[in-house]
Amino acid sequence: MDKFYHSVRLDPSLCKGCINCIKRCPTQAIRVRDGKAQINAKFCIDCGECIRICPHHAKIATYDKVETIRQYEYAVALPAPSLYSQFNNLDDVNIVLNALKLMGFDDVFEVSAAAEIVSEATRRYISEHQDQVPIISTACSSVVRLIRVRFPNLIPHMLPLNPPIEVAAGLAVEKALKETGLPREKIGIFFISPCPSKVTYVKSPLGTEKSQVDHVLAIKDVYPQLLSHMKAVGTDPEELSTSGKIGISWGRSGGEASGLFSENYLAADGIENVIRVLEDLEDEKFDNLQFVELNACNGGCVGGVLTVENPYVAEVKLKRLRKYMPVARSHMEEGTESYVPWTTGVQFEPVFRLGENMMESFSRLERVERLCKKLPGLDCGSCGAPTCKALAEDIVRGDASERDCVYYLRDNLHKLSQEVAILADDLAERESENRDKGRMSALKEYIQMISEEMAILDSKVKDENVTAEDEN
Amino acid sequence: MADVIALTYEISPDDFTRAGEASSDVKSKLKQVGVSPAAIRKVAIAMYEGEINMVIHAEGGKITVEISPTEIKMILADKGPGIPDIDRAMQAGWSTAPDEVRSLGFGAGMGLPNMKKYTDEMNIETTLGVGTTITMIVKL
Repeated sequence: MDKFYHSVRLDPSLCKGCINCIKRCPTQAIRVRDGKAQINAKFCIDCGECIRICPHHAKIATYDKVETIRQYEYAVALPAPSLYSQFNNLDDVNIVLNALKLMGFDDVFEVSAAAEIVSEATRRYISEHQDQVPIISTACSSVVRLIRVRFPNLIPHMLPLNPPIEVAAGLAVEKALKETGLPREKIGIFFISPCPSKVTYVKSPLGTEKSQVDHVLAIKDVYPQLLSHMKAVGTDPEELSTSGKIGISWGRSGGEASGLFSENYLAADGIENVIRVLEDLEDEKFDNLQFVELNACNGGCVGGVLTVENPYVAEVKLKRLRKYMPVARSHMEEGTESYVPWTTGVQFEPVFRLGENMMESFSRLERVERLCKKLPGLDCGSCGAPTCKALAEDIVRGDASERDCVYYLRDNLHKLSQEVAILADDLAERESENRDKGRMSALKEYIQMISEEMAILDSKVKDENVTAEDEN
Repeated sequence: MADVIALTYEISPDDFTRAGEASSDVKSKLKQVGVSPAAIRKVAIAMYEGEINMVIHAEGGKITVEISPTEIKMILADKGPGIPDIDRAMQAGWSTAPDEVRSLGFGAGMGLPNMKKYTDEMNIETTLGVGTTITMIVKL
């Protein structure tokens, strides 16, 4: 699988070429070129911020349709803990789990149950690897992808354990094979996801060669169907839940860390905050820190772009739901251990390098510095890049030109028209003396240059007008 | 092509929220050049310590970073009070930071020792009442 596979895509037919997404993208992965947004696959970490911000809904997440369940003889649902936080007045997780079975799944395996096993393994890993602290959580795949491209010094601090989704999938497959006797391909493992980042994880996992999850469904697709089935479950649902407080808490920021029974942790949520913490971690600004939990979405997984409830309301609901639960109900057992550790490492991908080798990158950086002094520094986004610096980087990479900057273009026009004016004055003065053909042709060249530059500027202004009209 | 890329940063006094901006910018540029992660780590830590020192002790100053294909040179110049006893200042744990700074979690007395530890060369020129210039080099 492509190591830069992405679940966040663009629907060009809906894209107006505005600058909302380029400004919001935390890795500056988006450019507007020829009136449409383009996502740079190497920079993108599938955090979904552009999906959140796009006013035209042109940014989309790819995931599977609910009907896919029917393609399998035996389908198992892996509900994310954040799913439970979507419902009003839910006091028993079993209602959701039974409703999933009514919806068409043959069995359910809670990701929160696997999370309790991962919590246990994490506690053990931290105590055995004190030379590696602070250990950074790897449950959020956007964070892992971010570290992979931007924070090479932090790769050795990453927790080399599979996220709960993968442990749940492994255990669910084992259980289904044993109970049904079916071959693996007739069993479908479905993760019900709060975010597109997990789709990316399933298609192109980091830390393991191949994910055992077969399909990813969006919470927002499953939610309306579940609601009607939940009413049919009744007041005395079959006991299906195998997780407690620790597992359920993984759905919100700070939940994973609280399962470590240590005070010396930090939990940050929201991609910008995550980046700030990673920068500080890289500068070794923190002392006595054992664990760092990072979630790309505000509030943690409850804030994923594929959920329906407001993340802060969802967090309250999750808290209420946890209240009468036991601390944990799933534990590491013989046989489960093999599903937990990473089986492959994560390699640094230096995608932000300016050139192929150090000398080329060095001279390109020098050019970027010079260009930055020349560009207006307004970060207006009109060129399609989020900042003047980003445009300068695009120019040295050969992906853009100085003329993409409307201010640069305008200044050029002014300079040219001044030169023409001087030349014309000069000519008028000498006209009576002798007709100079050389000067005349120089004038014509200048006029030609001006009309060329004008044409570029006009086309830019026209594009903007078209967008403005469409919006009105 | 020039052999050296020079970057300059003004460090504003008493503004802890901005301390670290310069080292962060240098860090991202070194990543773009493809400097080894190990060298970036050394530069980032040494420069951040230097930045903080300038904010705490010297009412700001100016940092010049010269990037060349063979080394990173950081020149931290301030017009602060100067360092009366360099040997003592170089001792781990020795600090003259005021209490209000310590209450922010700074002033542990590890600034200069860390700067020395994370760089290949370090030179301090200081004159009492005039200022201090610290030059640090990380070889690539």
